Amino acid sequence: MSEFLTQFSRSLPSVWQGVSVTLQATVLSALLALVLAFVLGFMSRSDQLLVRGLSRVVVEFLRGTSLYVQLFWLFFALPILGFKLEPLACAVVAFGLNYGAYGSEVVRGALNAVPQAQWEAAVALNLSPWQRMRRVILPQAWVQMIPPFNNLLIQLLKSTPLLSLITISDLTFQMDQLRSTTGNTAAAYVTLLVIYFVLAYALTLLMNALEAVAKARLGQGSGLRHVLKPPSAGITDPDGRAARAGGV
Amino acid sequence: MLSDTDPKEETGPGGHTEAVDDALTNKGDALRNDSPANDSPVADMVRFDQVVKRFGDHTVLDQLDFGLRRGERVTLIGPSGSGKTTILRLLMTLERVTEGTIHVDGEPFSHMPGGRDGLVPANEKYLRERRRRIGMVFQQFNLFPNMKVLENVTEAPVHVLGLSRDEAAERGRELLDLVGLADKCDAHPTQLSGGQQQRVAIARALAMRPDILLLDEVTSALDPELVAGVLDVLRDIALSTDITMLCVTHEMGFARDVSDRVMMFDHGHVLEAGPPDQLFEAPEHTRTREFLSAVL
Amino acid sequence: MWDWNTAREGLPVVLHGFGITLLATVLGSVVAMVLGLLIAVLRRAPTRWVTVPVRIVVEFVRSTPVMIQLFAVWVLVPGLDPLTIGIAVLGIHYAMYTSEVYRAGIDAVPQGQWEAAVALSLPRGRVWRAVILPQAVRKVVPALGNYVISMFKETPFLSVITVQEMVHEANEYGSVHFAYLEAFTLAAAIFLVASYPTSMLMRRLEKRLAQ
Repeated sequence: MSEFLTQFSRSLPSVWQGVSVTLQATVLSALLALVLAFVLGFMSRSDQLLVRGLSRVVVEFLRGTSLYVQLFWLFFALPILGFKLEPLACAVVAFGLNYGAYGSEVVRGALNAVPQAQWEAAVALNLSPWQRMRRVILPQAWVQMIPPFNNLLIQLLKSTPLLSLITISDLTFQMDQLRSTTGNTAAAYVTLLVIYFVLAYALTLLMNALEAVAKARLGQGSGLRHVLKPPSAGITDPDGRAARAGGV
Repeated sequence: MLSDTDPKEETGPGGHTEAVDDALTNKGDALRNDSPANDSPVADMVRFDQVVKRFGDHTVLDQLDFGLRRGERVTLIGPSGSGKTTILRLLMTLERVTEGTIHVDGEPFSHMPGGRDGLVPANEKYLRERRRRIGMVFQQFNLFPNMKVLENVTEAPVHVLGLSRDEAAERGRELLDLVGLADKCDAHPTQLSGGQQQRVAIARALAMRPDILLLDEVTSALDPELVAGVLDVLRDIALSTDITMLCVTHEMGFARDVSDRVMMFDHGHVLEAGPPDQLFEAPEHTRTREFLSAVL
Repeated sequence: MWDWNTAREGLPVVLHGFGITLLATVLGSVVAMVLGLLIAVLRRAPTRWVTVPVRIVVEFVRSTPVMIQLFAVWVLVPGLDPLTIGIAVLGIHYAMYTSEVYRAGIDAVPQGQWEAAVALSLPRGRVWRAVILPQAVRKVVPALGNYVISMFKETPFLSVITVQEMVHEANEYGSVHFAYLEAFTLAAAIFLVASYPTSMLMRRLEKRLAQ
């Protein structure tokens, strides 16, 4: 065990390298997913049947075909069709598309959850459709999106060991290296799990802080004091669709 | 055509000059030659012609004809579900008419000029040009929780009327002062009592300098002890401005104080209408008598 | 490029793997459903000596990647066959989620139901079995179903510990015949065809129960 710790401290730079690769993939994928979630989410509320239908088909396709298969398809099958993506790009596209589809359900649900009366009040003040969305609906819906977005972000983080399967030197890869040099399998995997747990917890704290700030702007909650609440709150749905009711 | 952003065109409550009004009225008149005759179409601020509103199979308004004169204050009374609120919602364009037309200040409102018959259902752009002359206060206040009190009041003046932030804020403070909430500018709506929220909602509607103010059961959601404060504010506004007002209320005392005319409404029809004294003291219809004895 | 013949020959191989995928999903779900319920009830235990450790385990297992958990158990618990490990790990991982679902369902049972049961002096076990759980579980069936679908789509992770489920088979067929395009497209299509109707069913069930 002590030998493992010595080795671990010696290889800290490469572990750190792995962490940064994993986080880089997570953040880039999350950004792509966020953009896609809003695009698909807004499309799903369109007056045009065609736009709505297109959004539905894309979402169902991306959700239905398994992230694992999508990633492998992009990595192994797409080059056969003549498009070769860098491994990291493959991962970001696969994660971004898949979680973007789940995220679009969050966006749609949160927009629908803003009471109809808020739209009506905005109409009565003669705000334009864009102003209604931008100034009245989105600021309220946003608060409701944060907890389910956090759930999706943690799921995304948990998918990142897949990076090691497509030749990326991520955290999992680096820890696997450490495992073979030390021969201490148990210590290596437990350490890896602990690092992932810490990363997930840190992300959750960050998202809780974001939620607290957003809520404070709605005159709800008590600011940053609730940031340290456990990350469990609101995880009841694999799609992160169950937006928690606002308010305290 | 009024521009969307030029504040100079807005000249305060009842804002248009007589000349502008006449022009609008004449233009409207030419478009409504097929509508049934009525007493004084030129003076009407709001005119419902044969308006039908159906939700599925349920007919809420059945060939409704009625008008509001400029500056007139009218109260709609009647049992719940009789369609009173639907009238306000049609005027605020929150609902669309099934049949018939609505004119505001002589101009078509539910419809716009066009098509073979001369009128087609109004689109969003057309509505946006006309809707801003109308303000509405809701039963549930519907303040925007993502904005502070003053921001609620200045939001539309800045983004719809195109006022500068300072100008809007100054007017907003005046209006909040008028409703007795000058000290709550920086509060969140959730920190206010229901009565205070409703007074903010009134200030918010007035900030748009509407010619027509719609009040939809504005005290129904309030605790009894908070009702008086809201009604006092509205009474002040009714008596000190020439805003055309259309109220739905169960507060018969308020209806009597501020109304020029009270309309008894039942099953999608106006059962009878008249000055408050007449309608409250000597109603013609049994239905009205029954209703009044139930609520008074 | 796409070759229909290759696809036709690959289909039986991939479908064979699909059998293992289904088996893992069904058995994994049983583990998740039973263990999740047990955890949910434990988290209502009257003493913190039970609730706190249970919560820590739930948080840890849920916040860490199932793929690493699979690896860890695979190398640390010798003598078990990979499929058994896969079913157990996947089932335990998802039990953390289903326990939250059950918990929400239990919390949603009105307080009056507990009080009525106390008023009838029902023993605690009887209260759970006859009063609370039947009401709680009914409401959460669609949410549980969604986790089954979710687990189904994560079964490819079992291939990292050599379980010969669908994606493992597709990968192998793809590498041997250099037919990754056909193999993975088939796998994706099968996932879609199997999961879409199921998720529609859950959505309908959700609407029905919401009424």
